[in-house]
Amino acid sequence: MKRFLLPLIIFLVMVGFLAVGLHLDPREVPSPLVGKPAPAFDLPLLDQPEKTFSPKQMLGQVWLLNVWASWCVACREEHPLLVALSKAKLVPLYGMDYKDTRAEAQQWLNEGGNPYEANAMDIDGRVGIDYGVYGVPETYVIDKSGMIVYKQIGPITEQVLSNKIMPLVERLQAQ
Amino acid sequence: MIPEIGHFSLILALLVALILGSVPIIGAARGNAVWMELARPAARAQFFLIATAFICLAYTFASKDYSVGYVASNSNSKLPLQFRIAAVWGGHEGSLLLWAMILSIWTVAVSVFSKHLPDDMRARILGVMGLISVGFLLFMLVVSNPFERLIPAALDGRDLNPLLQDPGMIFHPPMLYMGYVGFSVAFAFAIAALLGGQLDSAWARWSRPWTTMAWVFLTLGIMGGSNWAYYELGWGGWWFWDAVENASFMPWLVGTALIHSLAVTEKRGSFKAWTVLLAIGAFSLSLLGTFLVRSGVLTSVHAFATDPRRGLFILVFLVVVIGGSLALFAWRAPTVGRGGKFSVISRESFLLANNVLLAVAAMSVLLGTLYPLFLDALGLGKISVGPPYFDTVFVPLMTPALFLMGIGPIARWKNATLPELAMRLRWAFAVSVATALVLPLLLGHWTPMIGLGLFLAFWIFASSVHLVRQRLAGDRATLLARMKSVPRAWWGMVIAHIGIAVFTLGVTVVKGFESEIAVRMLPGDVAHLAGYDFKFEGVQDSIGANYTASRGQLRVSKNGVERTVLSPEKRLYTVQNMPMTEAGISPALIHDLYASLGEPLEDGAWSVRIYHKPMVEWIWAGAVLMALGGLLAISDRRYRVRRKNLTEEKAVTKKSVVKKAVVKKPAAKKTVTKKVSAKV
Amino acid sequence: MKLNLLVRFMIGFFLLQSVLASAEEARPLQANVVVEAQVQRLSEELRCLVCQNQTIADSHAELAQDLKQEIREMAAKGMTDQAIIDYLVARYGDFVRYRPPMKSSTYLLWLGPFVLLIFGAIGLVMMLRRREKMPADKPISQTEARKVRELLDKE
Repeated sequence: MKRFLLPLIIFLVMVGFLAVGLHLDPREVPSPLVGKPAPAFDLPLLDQPEKTFSPKQMLGQVWLLNVWASWCVACREEHPLLVALSKAKLVPLYGMDYKDTRAEAQQWLNEGGNPYEANAMDIDGRVGIDYGVYGVPETYVIDKSGMIVYKQIGPITEQVLSNKIMPLVERLQAQ
Repeated sequence: MIPEIGHFSLILALLVALILGSVPIIGAARGNAVWMELARPAARAQFFLIATAFICLAYTFASKDYSVGYVASNSNSKLPLQFRIAAVWGGHEGSLLLWAMILSIWTVAVSVFSKHLPDDMRARILGVMGLISVGFLLFMLVVSNPFERLIPAALDGRDLNPLLQDPGMIFHPPMLYMGYVGFSVAFAFAIAALLGGQLDSAWARWSRPWTTMAWVFLTLGIMGGSNWAYYELGWGGWWFWDAVENASFMPWLVGTALIHSLAVTEKRGSFKAWTVLLAIGAFSLSLLGTFLVRSGVLTSVHAFATDPRRGLFILVFLVVVIGGSLALFAWRAPTVGRGGKFSVISRESFLLANNVLLAVAAMSVLLGTLYPLFLDALGLGKISVGPPYFDTVFVPLMTPALFLMGIGPIARWKNATLPELAMRLRWAFAVSVATALVLPLLLGHWTPMIGLGLFLAFWIFASSVHLVRQRLAGDRATLLARMKSVPRAWWGMVIAHIGIAVFTLGVTVVKGFESEIAVRMLPGDVAHLAGYDFKFEGVQDSIGANYTASRGQLRVSKNGVERTVLSPEKRLYTVQNMPMTEAGISPALIHDLYASLGEPLEDGAWSVRIYHKPMVEWIWAGAVLMALGGLLAISDRRYRVRRKNLTEEKAVTKKSVVKKAVVKKPAAKKTVTKKVSAKV
Repeated sequence: MKLNLLVRFMIGFFLLQSVLASAEEARPLQANVVVEAQVQRLSEELRCLVCQNQTIADSHAELAQDLKQEIREMAAKGMTDQAIIDYLVARYGDFVRYRPPMKSSTYLLWLGPFVLLIFGAIGLVMMLRRREKMPADKPISQTEARKVRELLDKE
C-alpha cells in the first residue's frame, strides 16, 4: 500500500513549490554585486564633458546611483518620485545615463526635471555591464564604504521607497 | 450579438458538463441504467454547445469585431483571413476554448465508438471526461472569458504576434492539443477501471487505440512545432528545451511508455498498476503543461500573458484532478492484481526496462524544467537550466532505451535467453558497429557522440531488417501473401521504430556535420560553404499584406552549375512595428541549405548567415514515420469490431466482462494462430 | 586604325577589370576566425537577460550584442572560456549560464537523473526477482478446457 502513495506524495511536494512560485517573478535577475564594492569607473559628466564622476568621490557618504535613459519608458514612471526625493534632500542622488545621447538626455531632463546631483554618461554601456545592468531603470544603494547594499530592479515605487530604500538609507547613514 | 451567443453557449455547456460529470458516474456506482445512459446524449449536447461557442469566436475574428477585447488584442484589419481564424487560439482565452472544444470532440468520439464497452465503464469514462470539461469551462467563465466586451470598442486590433502569422500556427496548436487532450481518454479509462474495479486485458485492448491516436497527434504536433521553429526563427535551431517544449515532450515520453505498457497488459495481463499510473501520469503532465504556460511561474517564449489569479485556479484544478486520481490510485491499485509470470529475461522485462527509462527521462526533464523554481522558492538564488543540461542528461538515458528497441521485439514473451538473443542479433550488431566507425571517417569527422548516434540508428535499422525477415520467413506462396498475413499492428511497430532510427540518424548527422558562416556581402559577392557557392544578388524591397520586407537573393551553385535560389527576407510588421526574419531554405533529404539576412551595414553590404545542415529533414521525416506507424497500429483488424459480434455481445449481460473478452477472440483467433505458426 | 584598335582594347580591358572586380569573395563578418569560434561557442551557452528565452548567440537585443562584443574582446586577449564565464557570472549571477554550475545547491539537479535511474534499475530488478518466485500459471482442468473450446467455437 505504501509504495502506491509515493506518486501522490511527490505530486503534493511539487504543488507546494508551484504555489510558492506563483508569488515569484522568474524574470527578475538578482544582482551578485550586493554586498560587494561598487565597481570603479570614471565617466564624463552629462553637462560638463571635461569633468568626470567616479564612485571614489562618494566615499564616506551614503548615496543612490540611478541608471536611466531618455529612451526608457519605465523611467518616466519613477522620475516624478526621484524629483520629489531630490527636493527632500534626504540622500544624494546620482544618475548614470545608459546608452544615450547627450542631446536627448538633456532634453529629457529639461522636460521632466533634473533630480540628479550629477549625471555620468555611459554611452557604450560598458560600465552598465560592470554593474550588471540588464534593463533600465535600475537603482543602487551604496554605503559609506562604497559597498552596494541594495539593488532595485525596475522603477522605484512609493512603496519600495518608503518600505525598503529609505529605512535602509537611514540605517546606513547612522553607522 | 454573436459573442453573447457564444458566451451563453459556454454557460449551457458548463451545465451539461456538470450533469455529464456526475450523473453517469453515480449511475454506474448504483447500477442505474437510465442515469448511465445519460452520458451519451450529454456528451453530444456538450460538443454541440462548445462547438457553437467556438464558431461564434471564429466568426467574431473573421468579421473583425474589435468590440470583443480578446479579438482586439490578437487581430487586426490587415491580418489575412487564415491568420484571423488561427488567431482564435493565439492568446490565452481562445486557446482554452480550443482545449475545451477538442476535449468535447474526444468525448463525443468516445461516446460514438464505445458500443462494445460495458455500460458502466462507458458511463464512468464519459463522466470523468465531463468533469475535466467542467474545470476548463469554469476556468474560462470565471477568469478567462474570450467573449468579454471591450468598452469602448477598439478602432482596430493590436495584431497577432508576427511570429505566429504563419501556416505553422494553423497546424501546430490544434495538432498538439489533439494530443494533449487525447490523453484524457486514456486517463478516463484508467480512472473508470480504478472506480469499477475491473482492470484486465479487455480494458487494455479498449484503451489502446485511443491512446495511440492521441500519441500520433502529439507526435505530429511536436514535430510541427520543431519544424516551424526551424524555418521561422532564422537560426536553424529545431529544439531548445524551452519550458513549454518540455511541457509537450514529457507527456510524449510517458505516452510512449504507456503505449508499450498497454501492449503488455493486453497480451499478458501484466503491469496493470504501472499502466494505470502511466495513464494518469501522461494526462497529468498535459495538465501541468497547461499550468506552466499560463501561470507566470516560468519564463518561456510560449508563455501567455500571465495573471496569478489564473495560475491559482489551474493549480487548484491540478490538485483536484491529479491529486484525486493519484489518491484513487493509492487506494485501489493494490486490488488490481498482478498478472502473468515472466522471467528476468523476456519481452516483458525488456518492455518494463524501456518504461523505466522513459519514465526516468520524463522525470529528469521535469526536474530540469522546475529546478530554477525550486531554488528560487527556497531562496537559494536564481539559476538557468538550458540545453547544455538537458543534452547532457537526456542522451545517456535514451541510449539504453534505443538499444533495447532492437532486442525487445525479437525476445520471446514470458521467457527468453540472452545467448539466444545475442546469437540472433550478432549480424545486426556487427553492421551497426562497423557503420558507426567507418561512416564518419568517410565523411571526414569522428567524435564519440557521432559514433554513438550512428551505432544506435543503424542498430535499430539492422535489427528491424532481421526482425522483418524472420517474421516473413514461411512456407506461404508469395511475399505479398506472407506480408498480408502479418497483422498491421506489427507493421506499425516496425515502422514506428524505424521512424525513431531515422530521427536519431538525422539528429546525429546534423549535429555532427553541420556548418555555418557569417559574412558581409555586397551585391555580387560570393561566399563558399560545404562545396557550394552562394552569390549575393542584392536586396529588393517588397510589400506584403501587413508588412514591408527586404528580400535578399542568393544564387546557389556547385561546380559552376546553378542549383537553387535562396530568398531570405527581413520583414517589418507595421502594426506592432516588429521586425522578423524569414529564412531562405532549400530543403532536400540529403541536406538543407539555409540562409538568413542579418543587418544592413554601412557600405550597402548586408550581414548574411549561411548554414549547411546535412540530413536535418530526417528529423521530421522520422517523426512522420512514427506517426504513420501509430496509425497503422490503430487500423489493425482487431479494433474494427464486426457487426455480427456486436449483436452477439448485446445479448450477453453487463457483468460478464470476461465472457466478452472470450467471445471477441474469434475475430482475433485467426491472427493469433497465424502468429504462432509464423514464429515457429 | 591602330589607335582605334588600341582605344577599343583599353576600353575592353577596363571593362573586364570592373566585371572581375565586382565578383568578390564575401568577407567574414568578423576578421579573426579562431576568436569568433570561441565567441560563438560561449554565446551559445549564455542566456540573454533581456529576452530570457534565447542564448546571446541568437538574440537580437542590444545587450546581447554588447555582451558578445565584450566576450570578443576578452577572447582576443586570450582569456579562457572559464575566465570569461566567471567574468559574466560576477556581474549577472548564475542566471546567465544555461549550463548550471555544479555547486551544493545543484547537486540534486545534476545527480538527480542518475540517482533516479539507479532507483529505477533497483526497483526493476527487485520486481523481476519477485515475479520469478511467483507460482507458475495453473494448468486448467479437462472440463474447463472443454468450456473454453465451446465458447471459442460459438462464433
